[in-house]
Amino acid sequence: MQPESVNPTLGWNLARDLGEVLEYHFMVNALLAGSVVAVMAGAVGWLMVLRREAFAGHTLSIMSFPGAAAAALVGIAAAWGYFAFCGAGAVAIALLSGRGRGSVREQGAAIGTVQATALALGFLFVSLYGGVLGDLESLLFGNILAISDGQVIGLGVVALVVLAALAVVARPLLFASVDPDVASADGVRVGALSVAFLLILGASVAATSQITGPLLVFALLVAPAATAQVLTARPALSLALTVGFGLLIVWLGMGIAYFSVYPAGFYVATIAFGLYLLARLAVALRARLARAGARRVRAAVVGAG
Amino acid sequence: MLSHEFMRNALLAGGFVALACGVCGWFVVLRGQVFAGDALSHVAFPGALAAAAAGVDERIGLFAATVAVGAGIGLLGARTVAARAGAAGAAGADDTAIGIAFTFILGLGLFFLTLFSLGSAGGSGIQAAHTLFGSIFGIGAGEARLAAAIGLAVVLLVLAIGRPLLFATLAPDVAAARGVPTRLLGVGFLALLGVVAAEATQAVGALLLLGLLAAPAAAAHRITSRPLAGVALAGCLAVASMVVGLVLAYSLPWLPPSTAVIAVAVAIYVVSTVRR
Repeated sequence: MQPESVNPTLGWNLARDLGEVLEYHFMVNALLAGSVVAVMAGAVGWLMVLRREAFAGHTLSIMSFPGAAAAALVGIAAAWGYFAFCGAGAVAIALLSGRGRGSVREQGAAIGTVQATALALGFLFVSLYGGVLGDLESLLFGNILAISDGQVIGLGVVALVVLAALAVVARPLLFASVDPDVASADGVRVGALSVAFLLILGASVAATSQITGPLLVFALLVAPAATAQVLTARPALSLALTVGFGLLIVWLGMGIAYFSVYPAGFYVATIAFGLYLLARLAVALRARLARAGARRVRAAVVGAG
Repeated sequence: MLSHEFMRNALLAGGFVALACGVCGWFVVLRGQVFAGDALSHVAFPGALAAAAAGVDERIGLFAATVAVGAGIGLLGARTVAARAGAAGAAGADDTAIGIAFTFILGLGLFFLTLFSLGSAGGSGIQAAHTLFGSIFGIGAGEARLAAAIGLAVVLLVLAIGRPLLFATLAPDVAAARGVPTRLLGVGFLALLGVVAAEATQAVGALLLLGLLAAPAAAAHRITSRPLAGVALAGCLAVASMVVGLVLAYSLPWLPPSTAVIAVAVAIYVVSTVRR
């Protein structure tokens, strides 16, 4: 894909190359942060794909753009802006789609409106900040290679809180996600759970945005979970696969990016997409093989009946 | 204000783009395809950057990317809907596929951005900002007339297929049984939406298109459930947001035009939700 002069240091000895990568402190930090985010985004994204809230997740990830811009404008650390705006976005989505309950259309329109508001605000803040447009790219696409020790620790804390919160609500949430009507009849508070999940989603998206940037969060949030859910319907197995895929995507993407001039976000998104396509292809092939067998069985059953 | 040529151009181009967004948006909201519209608006960005990196006119890349992806989503959606035979969750499953696909395309956009900035040394930040957020006050007279013509053509086309499209949206099975080509309509509509996305990208920017598509149409759906009145109202509200937003941006120098337009559209939507 690129000219050969791009990766002069990549040799045949993979162990030596790996050692070289790990000699740099910024690469160690990037890999640590990426791994933490991959595990957290995988677990949250798995429930998000199950609940079919991809659009809401995307909108929350966009929220971190005005968040970062507002933080820059006020002069505080970007992380505060991320968490404040993602939390506000989660509440706004819950409120607006709660009003139009029962109508998927209304919900989509409400989420879209929230997202447009976020983008408009973000652009306003960037232009008020003084139009340093060079920063726009890193605001939108993140900068994984510039992560400090403090950020790694902060990410770890957020991931622990998010995973703990998820563990507390996991069982009723799974019930409410798979069959909301039965769960609600059984006394599960479906409405409160969906607000809680949106807040968890907001927090993990805010953390992930710092690594991949708001526009590419989906590569870690949706793709591993969707790939795993294409492959298997068993909850525990597909959750484990999700986390595995997430780690694989992050490590491969960063490893390749180290030896190349193109940014890590591009490789992460491409690998995530490639994995999903491979899974779809494998399942389609298997279904085609199985269909021939099933037809034969059905013919036999009909013949016997 | 109208003595400035840039303002006249902005009002002409913006008005017709907004009209097309409002009319298409009414059907987008009805069909539950807001996320597809969102994906199309994001796809415009890599399309334009790819064209810039290849050295051809930005608009060719814009239109090629959005129309191709629109038709692609339409084909993919038609197949899943057919396979699930009207299962309630079909749209949700589509959302996941749309999300993954457009993340990949955004990744490609990042790739082209890097390629572009490596090739031509600087200027890429401004280029990206214009593609993402639009530069409506910088539209020339010829471009404005072209935008108005495309906007008008899209509105007429949508109205021409409006009746069968409405039928196919509300009762897909019955429409298919009556011989309405529902699949062709679905793909054709998304391709048209692609044209709107590409056109609106130049007016309000790829990322803000969604506001014009979703907010006025959602407000119209709240206010009336009658189809013809709804389409007309959505178009009018979108044009009103555009005009009021542009005037606001003209009189307040610190307010970017894209932000002003979306702020007005969202305000209209919020008022419509409180009304009931």
